[in-house]
Amino acid sequence: MAFTLYSLIQAVILCVNAVAVLHEERFLSKIGWGVDQSIGGFGDEPGIKVQLMNLVRSVRTVMRVPLIAVNSVCIVLLLLFG
Amino acid sequence: LSSVYHPYHPRARAGPHTGDPLLFADTSSAAPPMNNQGYYTPGYSIGGAPVGGPADAGVNNLFADPMASAAMMYGSSLANQGKEIVNKEISRYVSVNKLKYFFAVDSKYVMKKLLLLVFPYTHQDWEVRYHRDTPLTPRHDVNADDLYIPSMAFITYILLAGMALGIQKRFSPEVLGLCASTALVWVVIEVLVMLLCLYILSVHSDLSIFDLFAYSGYKYVGMIFTVLGGLLFGSDGYFVALTWSSCALMFFIVRSLKMKILSSLSHDSMGAGATAKPRLRLYITVATAAFQPIIIYWLTSHLVR
Repeated sequence: MAFTLYSLIQAVILCVNAVAVLHEERFLSKIGWGVDQSIGGFGDEPGIKVQLMNLVRSVRTVMRVPLIAVNSVCIVLLLLFG
Repeated sequence: LSSVYHPYHPRARAGPHTGDPLLFADTSSAAPPMNNQGYYTPGYSIGGAPVGGPADAGVNNLFADPMASAAMMYGSSLANQGKEIVNKEISRYVSVNKLKYFFAVDSKYVMKKLLLLVFPYTHQDWEVRYHRDTPLTPRHDVNADDLYIPSMAFITYILLAGMALGIQKRFSPEVLGLCASTALVWVVIEVLVMLLCLYILSVHSDLSIFDLFAYSGYKYVGMIFTVLGGLLFGSDGYFVALTWSSCALMFFIVRSLKMKILSSLSHDSMGAGATAKPRLRLYITVATAAFQPIIIYWLTSHLVR
C-alpha cells in the first residue's frame, strides 16, 4: 500500500464522519451506549465501554461544526477536480 | 519488575530556563539582547538620522551612507517583528519548550542510543532518571527518548530508499516522495492507534504525543539497518538483518514501554477489578512491539528485491 498524505486525510475525514452520524437517541440508546447509561462508573477507573461512549459523545459534540465546513470543502473540491 | 514508586501526577516537562545549566545550554538567547539595542528601537526615523546614541556605533561602521544604514535597521526590525509573530503562532499549536527537550542531545547520547537500539540485551537499568520531578534531558540520561534520532533516521531512510531504487534502475523522483509519505503515514497511524488505546484503557502514563512519535520513530533505525543488510549481502543478508533488528527493536520497545505503561499501575489500582488492567496493558505493550517487525518488513521489502 502506497499512502499519500491525502489518503490519510481522506481516511480521517471518513472515520470522523462515521462517528458523527451515530444518533444519540435513535441508535446509541437502543444498543445500550447512550449517555444516560454511562454514569455507573465508580472509583477512578471507568471501564472500556464508558471510555468509548465518552469518546463517541465528545467527538460528536466537538466535531459537529468543523465537519460541516470540511465536508462542504471536500464536496466542492471533488465536484471541481474529480 | 521495578518497584520504584513514582508520585502520580502528569509530569510537565518544564522548558529549560536559560539560567539552568543542567537542562541545556541555550545559546539562542545570547544574541538577541545585543541586537535589540541597536535595531529594535520603537521609533526609528527613516530620515537618515542615526537613532539612539551608543548602540549605533557598531551599525554605522558598516555603512558610510546613513540612508543605507537606516534602511538596514528598518529591514532588520521588520524581520524581528515577523519572527516574533511566527513564534507566537507556532507556540499556540506546538509547545516549543517541550519540543526543545527532545532535541537536547549530544553525540555521546546518540552513539549510546544507537548501540542500544541495535543491541539492547546487555543494558541493565531502563529507568528514566528524574531531576527535581522533571525528566532529565537526553543529554544526561540514555533512557530518555528524543526526536533527533527518529527524524534523522527518517531522512536517512528516504535517501537510502532512493539509492536502493536507483541501484535497481527503478528510481524516479515521485517514488521518493511516495516512499517518504508512506513511511510518515504509517507512523502517524501508529501514534493515533496508540493514543486511542491509551485513552480507552485509561492508562495514566506520562507518555506525551511527542514520546509516542519518538518510540514509533525508533523503528527507522531498524529499517536502515535492514536495508543496508539487504543491499550489501543480498536477499539472505536482508532476512538476517530483518530478524536481528526486529528482535532488538521488540526487546527495546517492550523494556522501555514497560517502565512507562505498566509501572503507573502501582498507585491507582484498587479492588477486584484491577486484575484485568495489567493484562490489557501488557497486551498493548506486546502488540506495539509485534507491530514493528511487520511494518519494517512492509516498508523495506520492496526496496530489496
